[in-house]
Amino acid sequence: MSDAPALLHEPWPSVERQREGVSFGLWLFIATEILFFSGLFLGYTLYRNLYPDAFKIAARETEVFFGTLNTAILMTSSLTMAVAARGATRGFRKMTLWCLAVTITLGCTFLLCKGLEYHDDIDNRLVPGPDFKLKPPETQIFWAFYWVMTGIHAVHVTVGIGVVTTVTLLIYRRRIPLATAAVEAMALYWHLVDVIWIFLLPLLYLMGRS
Amino acid sequence: MTDITVDRLPETKIGESYLDEGHSLASWLTTTDHKRIGILYALSITAFFFIGGAAIGLVRLELLEPHGLFLTDEEYNRLFTLHGIIMVWFFLVPSIPTTFGNFLLPMMIGAKDVAFPRLNLMSWYLFVIGATFTIITIIAGGVDTGWTFYTPLSTLYANGNVIAAAAGVFVVGFSSIATGINFIATTHMLRAPGMTWTRLPLFVWAIYATSVVMILATPVLAMSLLLVSVERWFGVPIFNPNNGGDPLLFQHLFWFYSHPAVYIMILPAMGVISEVFACFARRKVFGYTAMVYSLMSIAVIGFMVWGHHMFVAGQSPYANLVFSFLSFVVAVPSAIKVFNWVATLYGGQIVFKAPMLYAMGFLGLFTVGGLTGLFLASVPIDIHVTDTYFVVAHFHFIMVGGSVSAFFAALHFWWPKITGRLYPDYWARFGAITMFLGFNATFLPQFVMGYEGMPRRYHVYPEQFQVYHVISTAGTVLLAVAYILPLLYLGWSLLYGNRADRNPWHAAGLEWETLSPPPKENFERTPTVTSGPYSYGEDAEPQAHTA
Repeated sequence: MSDAPALLHEPWPSVERQREGVSFGLWLFIATEILFFSGLFLGYTLYRNLYPDAFKIAARETEVFFGTLNTAILMTSSLTMAVAARGATRGFRKMTLWCLAVTITLGCTFLLCKGLEYHDDIDNRLVPGPDFKLKPPETQIFWAFYWVMTGIHAVHVTVGIGVVTTVTLLIYRRRIPLATAAVEAMALYWHLVDVIWIFLLPLLYLMGRS
Repeated sequence: MTDITVDRLPETKIGESYLDEGHSLASWLTTTDHKRIGILYALSITAFFFIGGAAIGLVRLELLEPHGLFLTDEEYNRLFTLHGIIMVWFFLVPSIPTTFGNFLLPMMIGAKDVAFPRLNLMSWYLFVIGATFTIITIIAGGVDTGWTFYTPLSTLYANGNVIAAAAGVFVVGFSSIATGINFIATTHMLRAPGMTWTRLPLFVWAIYATSVVMILATPVLAMSLLLVSVERWFGVPIFNPNNGGDPLLFQHLFWFYSHPAVYIMILPAMGVISEVFACFARRKVFGYTAMVYSLMSIAVIGFMVWGHHMFVAGQSPYANLVFSFLSFVVAVPSAIKVFNWVATLYGGQIVFKAPMLYAMGFLGLFTVGGLTGLFLASVPIDIHVTDTYFVVAHFHFIMVGGSVSAFFAALHFWWPKITGRLYPDYWARFGAITMFLGFNATFLPQFVMGYEGMPRRYHVYPEQFQVYHVISTAGTVLLAVAYILPLLYLGWSLLYGNRADRNPWHAAGLEWETLSPPPKENFERTPTVTSGPYSYGEDAEPQAHTA
């Protein structure tokens, strides 16, 4: 490969080893992220078991339309990201760049929908505090978790968009080679963020509606 | 090995060492060399150590009199909080891994650097920025929650910059995670040819086990601090009992990190001690395989014992029973290590150099700390001594008597390798003995007064405890001398010390086969490892071919 020298960094003995190493490091980071979110999932589980009725009342107020739409958007972005990651290793430059661009756009659309949904939630007085519209008081716990879980998830999406945009621009300007291990690494991260959303959807949007 | 060392000595020219790769401040602040990053960490944690030490010095002075000497309640609370936060997160957790781990781990496995050198530098910046930010907020505004940030005190009642302090600790947590990922990836991916898993030195295994705990426990701390900050800032109820929240949930999340954090502090120390004992007893470490398994099982079982911090907090009695049992279980691998160290010393040709004295100090103090841990693991005794000085003495025996002694053992053991200079051994031995005596004078009386009922975190106390507090404060003075002394003689050695050759201790291990101080690439050529670690004795061969 002609761009091999630029690909290999200290202290790696070979490009292949380096690629494995970057993936391995990213998997370790994913383990960290899972433990990070597990604190929230533990809290949610505990309170849902303590206050099942309040959680049902509270969960009916989430906007299932936005929840479903955002799931579809995020899943599609996962697809384009997967295609980009595969395309980068095969040397399909144009396709990779297009797929990354679509991924970025879908990520931004997700955030836009999330913003519209937050706007509705605030209008519906669903921010825990003195103004909160639901009773009993334990419903506030559900909504506290709603805001924290979706908020932290949105932060992850935002970071993902920032990283993908940076790498895409660097590849576009030929500052880094297409075959960089960074594409696979950020694809792993992007999928992680999507998978977390898959867990948030039933916990926050689907419960209490059956 | 000795003849190799002598043969190569004349090659030690100025310009070959990593220290001579640039002398400007910028060359240090932008370095990706794991050895330089280790030094950056060492300088920063030393500064934090003395700030935290100054805080506890004032606390000990205040405790001379039963009615307090010169501090208000508020100031007293803030000082012990400052001490706790700094010592736990900005000194003990990063201490051995980020300094000696960074410096030595790649060299011990025959690598040129850690797997992700730029991430390594970034983690230092996160550490320094987060820690400095926290210390400034604590000194400027104050936090009075103790280092544990218990709710609802931290979320509803505490006065002070809880959110800012928690944010700083949160950022430092990322530094910890990045370091952990780096070490694990390095150990998996960058071992030299022939360096199989069973040929790894125990220090590498210890750092590896520590890193596993770091990447799996730290994120849970991050989440619990985040939830505290969210509750405090926006007033949303998560732990607030007025809305049905459960303060005990916070304690579960917090201790799910903070108990394994104890193992983050002690596992690297165990690694250091194995290296030092083998070298100065001139023997192979007894029971290498058992040592490896016990390190890893401490890391795993350490995740399952956090509930013993909540025996009196309203946890169910069944949970208490299970956590009590598991806390006894985790003592087994620690005991295996102690027995194996003793067996290593047995029949060895022991040389009482300074690192050995520090390591011997570790052995005694860690054993006392571990055995008193068993007292605390049994529910009835724990109920009697909960939140007393007995607990304080117990964990200081592990963290200060254990980890800090091991830190000093490592510092004295690898100082010639890191700096290329020899220090005056007489003064170092004097420092080691002073530290041991000062430590015992400070903390042994705390066991007694704690057992008799002196609660922790109070600066006003019944007069019957004064004698213990006076002895303890006097011990602190000795301890302070022992901590400041190395600054002087090690500083002196930097300027006037004799130059060290490759292997002044005649130790086994890859790091001793390269120059002192090592070149930027660590080895002239990638070493090929031909045998296991700790080849001491008459028929000793070097562990690897480097030329």
